[in-house]
Amino acid sequence: MVVVKKRLIVLAALLAMAAGGLKASGYPPPDDGPVSGNLQVSGPRRIVSAVPSLTEMLYAIGAGPQVVGVSSYDEFPSEATKLPRVGGLLDPDVERILSLRPDLVLTYGSQTTLEAQMARAGIKVFSYRHGGIEGILQGLRDLGVATGHAAEGEKTARDLRQKLDAIRTRVRTYARPRVLLVFGRQPQSLQQMYVSGGTGFLNDLLDIAGATNVFADVRRESVQPSQETVLTRAPQVIVEVRANNPPTAAQIAAERRAWAPLASVPAVRSNNIHILTADYYFVPGPRVAMAAEGLARTLHPEAFR
Amino acid sequence: MTISESTLPRVAAPPRPIRTRLAITLAAYGGLAAVTCLLAPLVGSTQISLARVFDRSIPFADNVDAQIFFVARMPRVLSGAVVGAALAAAGVVLQALLRNPLASPFTLGVSAGSALGAILAISFAADAAFGPFSPVPLASLVGAFLAATVVYAMATRPGRAMSTSILLLAGVTLNSFFSALILFVQYMSDFTEAYRTLRWMMGDLDLGSFAPILGVMPLIGGAFVIFAMLPSSLNLLSVGSDIAATRGVDVARTQRLAFISSALATAAAVALAGPIGFVGIVVPHLVRLMTGVDHRIVLPASALFGASFLVGCDLVARTVLAPVEVPVGIVTAMLGGPFFLWLLLRRG
Repeated sequence: MVVVKKRLIVLAALLAMAAGGLKASGYPPPDDGPVSGNLQVSGPRRIVSAVPSLTEMLYAIGAGPQVVGVSSYDEFPSEATKLPRVGGLLDPDVERILSLRPDLVLTYGSQTTLEAQMARAGIKVFSYRHGGIEGILQGLRDLGVATGHAAEGEKTARDLRQKLDAIRTRVRTYARPRVLLVFGRQPQSLQQMYVSGGTGFLNDLLDIAGATNVFADVRRESVQPSQETVLTRAPQVIVEVRANNPPTAAQIAAERRAWAPLASVPAVRSNNIHILTADYYFVPGPRVAMAAEGLARTLHPEAFR
Repeated sequence: MTISESTLPRVAAPPRPIRTRLAITLAAYGGLAAVTCLLAPLVGSTQISLARVFDRSIPFADNVDAQIFFVARMPRVLSGAVVGAALAAAGVVLQALLRNPLASPFTLGVSAGSALGAILAISFAADAAFGPFSPVPLASLVGAFLAATVVYAMATRPGRAMSTSILLLAGVTLNSFFSALILFVQYMSDFTEAYRTLRWMMGDLDLGSFAPILGVMPLIGGAFVIFAMLPSSLNLLSVGSDIAATRGVDVARTQRLAFISSALATAAAVALAGPIGFVGIVVPHLVRLMTGVDHRIVLPASALFGASFLVGCDLVARTVLAPVEVPVGIVTAMLGGPFFLWLLLRRG
């Protein structure tokens, strides 16, 4: 494995050098397609995004036309899904990225190998790590500066904050239920649960949507609690989020039955268990406003009548 | 059938009658298992009151302490005991059958087949319904039986002793093959599913009800009935199949029974709790270091010690980082590894 990896790195470096050499030797400049008049000449022209949430941010701030490649997990917006795929968090395809001749590559902070390779190839890197809602807002502003859309970045961040504040205000007067937010578990059983801890965008969204996270005191993005801990924390509402495949009525009934053994949990006793299906619950990008609204409507339907 | 002690490679204890030694061993290891299983449900991430647990005047649905005791803790302790006993006993039988100290319940490819089944279910059939059974353990059992059938068919010839080398090689090859398929499915599945499959591979005893345990009990019960018939033959078999045959052991039949029983026990244990590593390889060696090598002692002692060991490891898993749960498979290896090395050093 290690040998293969090393070989790949050497190969990538060679390719990178070759690419650099080609550029230096007067290789024709990249074809930008139809260039609109107001596109800034100073900003990057060919952007590759290896992070789905950053792709969504690019399109939100109007940098969509500059994007030439996206990660293998991108599903939104639909324009992005038609672009070449360059791998995921753990397996970015360096060769593919280089072949797209980008002048800016957006990476996740843990992709240090990819960042080093890009640096060697002389390609600018925008490195990002998720950090709750504030991280998303800052990401929009930073990405605006990096892509020549500083004003749109500022505006998108401002608009997003306003939308989130509007939801927060709308549910402010209602009692805040104690909520368990589940984003993964073994189907039809309560084993191997992954739930939101006290940091990260899902925890922030619960706060905005007028709820208290039962694991707010655990300073982690995800917690894998035992069933005993769930009994002890006694949530009043259980919200399960899924990325895709909306369940049928029978499947919803089956998944609710899975909770039945924990009968002393208030949410189970009052059958206050909700399954929400949408990919935006899993992408800490500009669509968190939709996620916040989805949660708020579920937790406080009376506020939206 | 009786055998003289001198045929055994090494016997640690002085040659007392086997019945006495068995009684002492069963009392010691049985006592340890009983104490562990009685104490483990009393401890957890939450402080509960036993008086409240058994207070019948509070309806069960309102009694959080009783729910923690009967829903969260008892099934965990019971499944830990059952899985620990099954894996450790299967480990003893396979180490004797294959005459290889590195053999474990996971050597024969049964657990990898089981894991492949589970992971396919998690990735593709999460919402499938089969009456009261959830899809993951069912698929895991199917995978285990498919793998066991393939290995068994390859290693047996009618009327002849099994080829243990084919058994071993086919098992190891099947393991690698299934592992590759598992990695491929994980690689192609989306992020949340890949995470869930990874978590399943680390083992989990937090069942939340007795039903899954009852579901696999016929398999484990069947395996243990066969285990009980094996020890004397295994003593001879572990010296060599030729020697065993000259001493009147029906080698082919013993091998078949050993294979079938350990495959049954492994399949049931993995379907119940995922592939919890280390118990099946280290517990038999630990017990041999303490009691000698006679399978009439080692087999029951390993089953009992395996039960105590896994219940103890799960106790650590659910309390040490609470409210975050540590996968029990990580604890078995982190506690068992250094302990085993220490015991080896002391013996050496």
